[in-house]
Amino acid sequence: MSDASIKQTGAQSVVPQTSPVMDTLRRLPWARIGMPAVLVGMAIFFGTINPNFWSITNLANVSRQISILALISIGQTFAILSAGIDLSVGSLLALVSVVCAQGMLEFGLAGGIVTGILAGCGAGLVNGVLIAKARIPAFIATLGMLVAARGLALTLSGGLPVAGLPHEFLVIGAGYWGPFPIPSVIAAVAFVVAYLVLNRTRFGRYVYAMGSNEEAAVLSGINVAKYKIMVYVVSGLCAGIAGVVLTSRVISGQPTLGEVQELYAIAAVVIGGSKITGGVGGIGRTLMGVLVLGMLSNGLNLIQVSSYVQNIVVGAIIIVAVYIDLARERRK
Amino acid sequence: MTAGNAQPFLEMREIVKRFPGVLALNNVNLSVLPGEVHVLIGENGAGKSTLIKILSGVYPPDSGAILFEGKPVSIRSPYDAQLLGVSTIYQELNLVPDMTVAENIFLGREPMRIASLGIVDRKLLEKRARELLATFNLEVDPRAIVKTLGIAQQQMVEIAKALSLKSRIIVMDEPTAVLTSHEIEQLFSAIAKLRQRGVSVIYISHRLDEVKTLGDRATILRDGNSVGTVNVADASVDQLIRMMVGRDLKDKFPKLKFAPGEEVLRVEHLSRKGVLHDINFRLFRGEVLGIAGLVGAGRTEMARAIFGGDPFDSGRILLHGKPINIKNPAHAINKGIVLVPEDRKRHGILPQMSIKHNITLSALGKFSRAGFIATRKEHAHAQDYATTMRIASPDLNRWVHYLSGGNQQKVVIAKWLSSHADIFLFDEPTRGIDVGAKVEVYQLMGELLKRGAAIIMISSELPEILGMSDRILVMRGGRICGEFKREEATEEKILDRALRGTSEQSEFASGDAA
Repeated sequence: MSDASIKQTGAQSVVPQTSPVMDTLRRLPWARIGMPAVLVGMAIFFGTINPNFWSITNLANVSRQISILALISIGQTFAILSAGIDLSVGSLLALVSVVCAQGMLEFGLAGGIVTGILAGCGAGLVNGVLIAKARIPAFIATLGMLVAARGLALTLSGGLPVAGLPHEFLVIGAGYWGPFPIPSVIAAVAFVVAYLVLNRTRFGRYVYAMGSNEEAAVLSGINVAKYKIMVYVVSGLCAGIAGVVLTSRVISGQPTLGEVQELYAIAAVVIGGSKITGGVGGIGRTLMGVLVLGMLSNGLNLIQVSSYVQNIVVGAIIIVAVYIDLARERRK
Repeated sequence: MTAGNAQPFLEMREIVKRFPGVLALNNVNLSVLPGEVHVLIGENGAGKSTLIKILSGVYPPDSGAILFEGKPVSIRSPYDAQLLGVSTIYQELNLVPDMTVAENIFLGREPMRIASLGIVDRKLLEKRARELLATFNLEVDPRAIVKTLGIAQQQMVEIAKALSLKSRIIVMDEPTAVLTSHEIEQLFSAIAKLRQRGVSVIYISHRLDEVKTLGDRATILRDGNSVGTVNVADASVDQLIRMMVGRDLKDKFPKLKFAPGEEVLRVEHLSRKGVLHDINFRLFRGEVLGIAGLVGAGRTEMARAIFGGDPFDSGRILLHGKPINIKNPAHAINKGIVLVPEDRKRHGILPQMSIKHNITLSALGKFSRAGFIATRKEHAHAQDYATTMRIASPDLNRWVHYLSGGNQQKVVIAKWLSSHADIFLFDEPTRGIDVGAKVEVYQLMGELLKRGAAIIMISSELPEILGMSDRILVMRGGRICGEFKREEATEEKILDRALRGTSEQSEFASGDAA
């Protein structure tokens, strides 16, 4: 091939001339280290502007603040991996909170916690049955639940906070286990359990299978309806646990909690790099997404960016994160 | 051959394309003369599709040159390719299903009545489409909605669209894979007309008989290298195969014969309104029961009904002599009945899961405890079956998406092998896979029989039916209209039944229609 033809067709060449440094950078496994690198970069950035960022108090605070989002994002990960979605989790926080508080006044501390979590699972079960048995698209079924669960929470509570919860209940939201805030410990345990379920159990494998090709999964003998229902029960369970923690933090049942939290949970999953269309991703990525969102909101607060502007930043990050993923995929 | 010593119209020189971990094309050359049908053949994964995608602007090459009429050009997008007069007709057709034929042909280039308001001149649109279709004697109504047409007619619409773009090269990627024999004839006559008009056709196919009927010259690719270009008239099918696979394929149908064992499956009076009519047959251990017939004869529907994938209205199924009511695929699999589906991509593979996880998907129960998967056992198990199946990938963690069609099929079969099924329903087991991989699939069928399995094989390729079956059933219009023993079956007899049925059967069929 002559030089001339290289030049004339050269626009097609995909090997641009770069320095060795750029080459090395290019060769790094960005899919794996990209998000951690972003986190480190953000931490250095915020820490440099406001050294308080690095204080133990602040870090403990961040971890406590993100624990609710973390829990519902775990459930959302199951839903999205299975090629579904759960829009109801924000409203479920409110429903769980009201049921938990009222149950606690009725049956005592443990009884309240159990009824709260059961309320979450029950709502998840309804979601699951609607989706798997009545074949209503997940988006619609859980959208209905989003509206209905909020309504139910307001009805049960008469629109007012449910107060008068026992003082010991505070420990779940505000207490410490050693140096670690208890909500953070709960979230961390939930991540580990979710990791094991998704990567080591048949249920987890089937979640991926449903998301990758549902028809093939059915023809491979997987009881897709059953496992779909399980997915939404898991998401409801996560909302149940998160709702109880949240109720403890505000030490009352609140029917207005959790608004738009479902959208942040979806954002955490996709920022982490799981595919919104299902089948591809994982719980580790969701952890990254949650950390990015949590650190961002804390860091922007510390450097005194107004909450209005914060929303703009978060919105932009959701889009940029997904764009980077898509661009990387296209290059393959 | 029309071209003699003419100057090549298109030349692709020393094209190199790398994907992560794979050298897809290694200095590949292709030259196409004006007005010739140039066939591109090679096994799956040989690089045919990649080469075509470079020509049509989907991928940029890493290096190499593309020349049109001797002048170097740069094709950076499908639009560039269109400007140069290259149109590509993929297997998945690029038509808008809910628009009319005419609208599709002129999509984005509609003749306008009032251009500034974007108001389309529908009359002119239809008139032009009609003219275009008439040149090719295509009996397609320009006002028909595309989704109501058969696949063959849709291909004609694509061809018409390519011509309306003044294309000078039309690339067809395995166009006949989804066509019936009558439709194939239509397509071939359209291609002949293209050639008369001086349009070059690059034709990708796995069917070597087509290469002989249709092609002027053939370029053979193997493992990303060009093996050579030959005049089709001078080359025998055996030579072509040798060039494709790099070895002689002695026996295209390695059939193993076993004495038939006991009855494993009996189907009695199976019927589903408008689809299946009174299907009766028995299947014995150690045999391949071939099911021949045209596309749409109800073969796939029958297999899905047996597998619990679709319901049926009446009739019954006996498994090992006992009536059984198969509720769903899970139940069928549990009872040892499995289906290798016709549409691999839609029903067979889980593309974004690894080879390993695809293979073990239906057998996870065997190495799970309390729901937890013993990953080491799983890996060993998958490794075993991947080796048995000769799945050509060094890494079991690779997504099945990235495998060639033949290897994907092997993964699907490996999944069922590993679940210890004994009744296999193969629906078009070798569609879209290359000759080498075909033989391997046939050998596997022999393996299955040796292990005591029974096989039902649905196929539209008569040589495959004749070569592999012990008994042959012919279906037509949802009924069984003929049964042959291996020794007595011929292509003519089967075709006769498939096209005409028996006199008694056709009465039934017309009765249904009334």
